[in-house]
Amino acid sequence: MATLKSKFIGITSPNPFWLASAPPTDKAYNVYRAFEAGWGGVVWKTLGEAPEPINVSSRYSAHKSQSGEVIGINNIELISDRSLEVNLAEIRQTKIDWPDRAVIVSLMVPCEEASWKAMLNKVAATGCDGIELNFGCPHGMPERGMGAAVGQVPEYVEMITAWCKKHTKLPVIVKLTPNITNIVTSAMAAKKGGADAVSLINTINSITQIDLDSMAGAPNVGGQFTSGGYCGSAVKPIALNMVGQISRNNETGSLPISGIGGISTWRDAAEFISLGAGNVQVCTAAMLHGFKIITELTDGLARWMDSKGYQTIEDFKGAAVPQLTDWKHLDLNYQVIAEINQDSCIECGRCYAACEDTAHQAIKVEKLENGQRHFSVINNECVGCNLCQITCPVPDCITMVKQPTSKPKQSWDQHPKNPFRSNK
Amino acid sequence: MSDSKKDPDMSSHRLPNDEYLKNFSDIKPPLSQYEAHIEANRCLYCEDAPCISACPTGINIPSFIQKIADKNTDGAATTILDSNILGGSCARVCPTEILCEGVCVRNKSPEFSPVKIGRLQRFALDTYQPDQHPYQRSPATGRTIAVVGAGPAGLACAHKLSRLGHNVTIFDKQAKAGGLNEYGIAQYKMVDNFAQKEVDFIMALGGIQLKTQQALGEQLQLDSLRNEFDAVFLGVGLSNSKALGLEQTDIHGLESSLDFISELRQSDDLSQITIGNKIVVIGAGNTAIDIACQSKRLGAEQVTLVYRRGESHMPATSKELEFAKQNSVKIITWARPSSLKVINNQLVAIQFEKTALDTSNNLIGTESFFELPADTVYKAIGQSFLFNCFAGSEPPELINGRIDINEQFQTSLNNVWAGGDCVVLGEDLTVQAVEHGKQAADSIHHHLIWSKGNGDA
Repeated sequence: MATLKSKFIGITSPNPFWLASAPPTDKAYNVYRAFEAGWGGVVWKTLGEAPEPINVSSRYSAHKSQSGEVIGINNIELISDRSLEVNLAEIRQTKIDWPDRAVIVSLMVPCEEASWKAMLNKVAATGCDGIELNFGCPHGMPERGMGAAVGQVPEYVEMITAWCKKHTKLPVIVKLTPNITNIVTSAMAAKKGGADAVSLINTINSITQIDLDSMAGAPNVGGQFTSGGYCGSAVKPIALNMVGQISRNNETGSLPISGIGGISTWRDAAEFISLGAGNVQVCTAAMLHGFKIITELTDGLARWMDSKGYQTIEDFKGAAVPQLTDWKHLDLNYQVIAEINQDSCIECGRCYAACEDTAHQAIKVEKLENGQRHFSVINNECVGCNLCQITCPVPDCITMVKQPTSKPKQSWDQHPKNPFRSNK
Repeated sequence: MSDSKKDPDMSSHRLPNDEYLKNFSDIKPPLSQYEAHIEANRCLYCEDAPCISACPTGINIPSFIQKIADKNTDGAATTILDSNILGGSCARVCPTEILCEGVCVRNKSPEFSPVKIGRLQRFALDTYQPDQHPYQRSPATGRTIAVVGAGPAGLACAHKLSRLGHNVTIFDKQAKAGGLNEYGIAQYKMVDNFAQKEVDFIMALGGIQLKTQQALGEQLQLDSLRNEFDAVFLGVGLSNSKALGLEQTDIHGLESSLDFISELRQSDDLSQITIGNKIVVIGAGNTAIDIACQSKRLGAEQVTLVYRRGESHMPATSKELEFAKQNSVKIITWARPSSLKVINNQLVAIQFEKTALDTSNNLIGTESFFELPADTVYKAIGQSFLFNCFAGSEPPELINGRIDINEQFQTSLNNVWAGGDCVVLGEDLTVQAVEHGKQAADSIHHHLIWSKGNGDA
C-alpha cells in the first residue's frame, strides 16, 4: 500500500492534506475536530497585531451551477478576529496534543520590520512547525496596506520574506495572490527573499452574483457589497496553471509549492502534485462537506497511487511538468478526430448542434429507416477541437482518436510559415 | 360466492369519509419548485428534439423546460400554450409514456429514465398566474363560426379562431363545457375542478360565446348552422357506447362506462354513489382502467377486468395497466363475454368464453366457459360516432364510421370542418383533438379570408 506520509520543507505530516488558513482553522475546537477526522496539518488562520479586526455580516456567497451545485464561494472575512493571545495559547496547546500533525501559522502584520520581528518571536514560542506569510488576502486588508496590497508588489514580497528569514528559524512559506499579471514574478520575489516554499493560490477578486430585486451583490451587508475572495472548485484551473507555471520555470522550478485552489477530490490533489506541488491545502471542500471529506481524499489518493505503482508522493510529484510547454512548441502535425460510438449514442444531437452552429460542420445526421438518428463524424472536416466530446452527455461515447501521420513532429517554432522560426 | 348470485350487493358509503378524499385526491401531484428545477436540469436540450415530434401539438418541449431551469416559469407556460392552449389538461391526461417521454433520449442506456416532461408541463402551467390573458384578438373580421362540441377539439378551434378575429359560438349538449375533460376522465386525474378552470381561461380571451344543452340533431340542426354561420366546426366526439351484443332491456347492473365516469366526475359527494361489490369491466382501454380503479377506490371488493386478447394487445398503456394492478384490479385476458345471468332483472353473474388466436391470427372462441359473479358489469369496449346527429340535415360523408375529412380538416360539405374523435385521424387522445382544433381553425381562417379576398376582387 502506498504511503501518504508527507515531508514538506522538513515539516512532516501523516498525509499531504493540510487545511488552508481560513475559517476552519480559526480556533482549537475546529482544528482538533479536523485532526480527529484525519487531516495531516493545518495552517492556522492568519494572526495579526492587536487590536484584532472587526468582521461584517454577512460574509460568504456562492456561485452555483444551474442545477444548484456550488461551483465556487466568495468571502469577505478578514484575518482572525480572535485575540492574538488566545490564538497563540491555543496553537501552543494544539501542538502539544497533536505532535504528529503539521501546524503552520499564517501571519499578516503591517509592512514594518519591527512588527514582523515581534510577531515572529511570539509565534516561534508556540512550538509551531512553520509560518505562512499571507500576501494574498484580497479584501479589507489591502485597504490597510497588507495582504494582496503587499503580494502585488514583488519588491515588498521579497523584502518581508527576507525580514522573516532573518528573524526566525522556522520554515517560511509565502502565500501568493493570484490577483497579479504573472505569478512567476511573485514566486521569484519570494525565492529571492529566501522563502522555503510558496503556497498558492490565495483567493481571486470576485463578485459572485447580483440580486436583481435589490440590485445589491452578495454577500449583502446592509444593502451594499464589495468584491470578495473567490475559491472552490471553480478556481482550480487557474490555480493549476499558476502552480504549473512556477514549476516549469527554470528559476522557480526548484521552489517547493504547497498547492491550493479548489481541491475537492483526491484527483484534484493528484493533479496539483503532478504539476509540482509537494502537498496541498484544502478549505472550501471542507467548508461544504465537513472535515469527514478527508477520508475520501486520502483513500482515493492512496488507491490511485497503488494502481499506478507509486509508493510515495515524491514518486509522481511534478510528473506532468515536462509535458507543459509553450504553444509554439506543440506539434502541428499531431492530429486527432472525433469518433462517435454508435452503441452508446443516445441521439440527443448535442454534438451536431455544437459542431454545426459553432465549430466546423463536421458532424452529419441521417435519419434511418427505423426512425433512429445516426450521427457520424465527417472526418475530412473534423479539426479535433473536442467540442463535440465536451458537449456529449454520455461518458466515453465520443472519443478523440489519434490519426496516423507520416509527417515528423513540427512545431510553429520550426514551421516554414513562421518568419521568426528558430531553424531557418 | 353462490350467495352473491341471490344477493346483489349494491350500496353507497362503503368507506369511511376520509377514505374517499384520500382515494380520489390527485394521483400525480404537481412537482414542487425544487423538484421541477432539479428535473428541468436533466433535460439535454436536444437538437431537433424527438419529444417535440412525438407531441401531436408540437410543443417546443426543450425550450419550455430550459425556461423552467432558468426560473422563467411564465415564459415556460406561454411556450406550452402557444402550441397547446389545453396544455394543462394534456399535462394531466396525456399518455406521456408513449408520447414525449416515450422518445426522450434519456430512456436509453445508461439512464433508462426519461425527463418527467408531463409533470414539468403541469408545473409550468399550474404556477402560471398571468395578470392578463396572454393572448389578444386580432382586429375583428366580421365572420362568425359555429363550433359544435366544447371538448378539447372545439375549445382549441374556438380559441384559435377568436384570436384570429372571428366571432365564435360554441354549442355543447352537456350543461358544462370541457367535453371529455369534464365528463370522461377519472376524478383523481383532474382534481380541483381543473377542466372548468381551463375552460374559463380559454373563454377569457373573449369573442367566444358558449351555448350549452344544445345537442346536434336535437336542439341544433347542421343545415341551419351552415346557413347562419360562415363556417361550422364539428368536434362532437364519439358519444355512442358500443354494445356487447348481450344487452337486454331493463337489466340492473349492466352499465355504460361513460355514464359512470361522468356521474363520478359530477358528484359532489362520492360516498353517495351507489357501487356494486363484485364488478366486472369488459375492455382494456384507458377508460376501462379508469372505471376499474375508481370502482376499487369507491370500496368495491372485487374488481375484475376482462379482455378478449392478451396484455400486449391492450389499448391501455403499460403504465395504466400497472396502475390497475397497483389498485388490486384482477386482470383476466383471453376471454369474451358470452352470456349474462340475471335474476329478477338484476345481474348476478357473467359468463365468459375463453378465446385464442387461430392460425391466421383471428380471434376465436374455444368453447371453454367460465363464470364470474358480478353485480355490475361495465362495458368499456369503445365508443362510436352517433350519426343520427345529422338527422334532418344534409350529412357529411363518413369513412369507417366517422366523419371523412381532407388534409385541411374540411368535410365533404363546403363550409363544414371537423376534428377530434369524430374523425379518423391520429390517436383518440385529448392532445390529438387539440391539434385537430388548431389546424382546423387555421384552415377555416385561410378559407374565409381567402374567399373574402377573392370575392372583393
